[in-house]
Amino acid sequence: MKLWHKYIGLILPVLAVAALVAWPFVTGKPANRESAFTILKAVALASSLNILLGYTGYVSFGHIVFYGFGGYIGIYLLTAQEWSLWNAMLAGGLTSGILAFLLGKAILRLRGAYFALATIGVNEAMKAFINNFDLFGGPTGITLNFSVYKAYGGAAQALQTSFYIGAGLALLAVLLSHIVRTSKFGLGLLAIRENEDAAEVMGVVAPNAKTWAYVLSAIIPGMIGVLFFFKNGNVEPHDAFPLHASIELLVMVMLGGQGTVLGPILGAFAYQGMRGYLVTSAFFKNIQLSVSGALLLAIVLFIPAGAIGWLRHRVPMIRRALA
Amino acid sequence: MQQFSLLLTSLPDGILLGFVYGLAAMGLTLIWGVMNVINLSHGPIIALGMFGTFFLFMRAGVNPYVGLIPIAVVGVLLGVLIYVIAVHRVINAPHLSSLLATFSVNMIIIGLGTAALTTSPYNVDFSAGSFKIGPVTLLGTRLIAALVTMLFTGGLYLFLYRTRPGKFIRAVANNRAAAELMGVPSTRILALSFGLGTMLAMVSGALIATFFPFSILAGGSYELKSFVIGVLGGLGNPIGALFGGLILGVIEGIIPAFLETSWVPVIEFALFVLILLVRPSGLFGAKK
Repeated sequence: MKLWHKYIGLILPVLAVAALVAWPFVTGKPANRESAFTILKAVALASSLNILLGYTGYVSFGHIVFYGFGGYIGIYLLTAQEWSLWNAMLAGGLTSGILAFLLGKAILRLRGAYFALATIGVNEAMKAFINNFDLFGGPTGITLNFSVYKAYGGAAQALQTSFYIGAGLALLAVLLSHIVRTSKFGLGLLAIRENEDAAEVMGVVAPNAKTWAYVLSAIIPGMIGVLFFFKNGNVEPHDAFPLHASIELLVMVMLGGQGTVLGPILGAFAYQGMRGYLVTSAFFKNIQLSVSGALLLAIVLFIPAGAIGWLRHRVPMIRRALA
Repeated sequence: MQQFSLLLTSLPDGILLGFVYGLAAMGLTLIWGVMNVINLSHGPIIALGMFGTFFLFMRAGVNPYVGLIPIAVVGVLLGVLIYVIAVHRVINAPHLSSLLATFSVNMIIIGLGTAALTTSPYNVDFSAGSFKIGPVTLLGTRLIAALVTMLFTGGLYLFLYRTRPGKFIRAVANNRAAAELMGVPSTRILALSFGLGTMLAMVSGALIATFFPFSILAGGSYELKSFVIGVLGGLGNPIGALFGGLILGVIEGIIPAFLETSWVPVIEFALFVLILLVRPSGLFGAKK
């Protein structure tokens, strides 16, 4: 394979993230920066989930557990141990990765719907546990002291910095997704998705490969969690482990096209954009959830491969660019 | 000694509640057993059952237990409708498709429900007295609910094992292709199974409405409990679900005597994951 062939699939994803970062500066409105941050967060989370869901074919219904768990660890270290944001983020990502490793060793033996159920169970068990865990503030959670932001040049500057870090994490997630996708390791994951038993016969060590895919898909959500709750100023069990957010991530991946690098990015754009429109529109405001549900249903029933999958199928010419 | 008296009040309560949990889980596990679909619209359907009782009793003055009949009929019809619209096309697709399809039904119901009923709590003001047996006091509503559950379980058992459509359901659950070759109209049987599952969920919701206040979002926690119970009793085993429900009821009855109530979900979900890991076929073994 020629060198440029390997990287052509990266062009559109990177351009999409870059456009998102440039958007608030071009329009010059701070409100747009918040919208852009929400989409960047969704891009990072959906791209991470895609490593497990799209490449490996394991449906994680509770992926948000890594976001919440990493976030809690990071915020705890920030407040109680007075770590810097950078170290707290690294620690959050790392502990999420370790959690995924330990969980993966246990629950990745389950297949299909049993795995999906187990991930829901893990998320709910974690939420209920943190709710009772006094070190992390129990049901009221942890609130950041406002003076924390002083080290980052005041609250306004801290928000700005958070935006850049969020952009960096989104880019990292996209790169990671692309690297996995084009590597031999990723090929093994794709083989597991198609037929796990056949993949094992062909020499893919499925238990290890699945576990590493799970770990890779957990690290960035952990870091994003720390960043988001740092920006947010507090963390509560209810905000950290929302089951519906897990499902929103699945919807994004599904919408754009699972198993592609560009798909989750497109899905994150489309879903957040649609949601923003529905919530603010006078006509749809009250029934926005129903409209989203009906759209989701239509996609699941009629375009199960998602937008990118559908395009790849229809226009073989551009397949390489839509990796 | 104080713990013992606490146990005497909370354990019978938990057990009676466990019956109704079991009824809800029966609906979930029936659908899973017949078509391998995890019905993520289970929670809102339970909530619809609750509102069924609310409107029939509070607005139309129908006795809540008589009201179960129209609620059950609506449940079957609603289930058939959901099956035809959302589930039939993805019945052979990977699990993700059917999970998301039923979840989109969940979103549609919650969205419409929130717009029409808001998310503020409703309450059904109904009492069936209480019974005293020695030191134990049983609430009438819970006792009747447990009886109704037993009635429905018995009815479901008779239906599945003694009637022709019931035998068809078991045949389709066992092997859909072979059943079709034997002349079983599998699509209609699948729709009927989904209808029955939905009916059980709505009836359980209708019963729960007589115990606790509820909102359109209240079904969610019972949906999660149904998952736990389904796995305890073996997914696909409706009778096992009743025992699973009782186990959960006992857990909920015993824990408050020793720990804070907020620890109940921790133990429930830890148990859930544990059972999935060591014995995914459930404590009582699924049919296959």
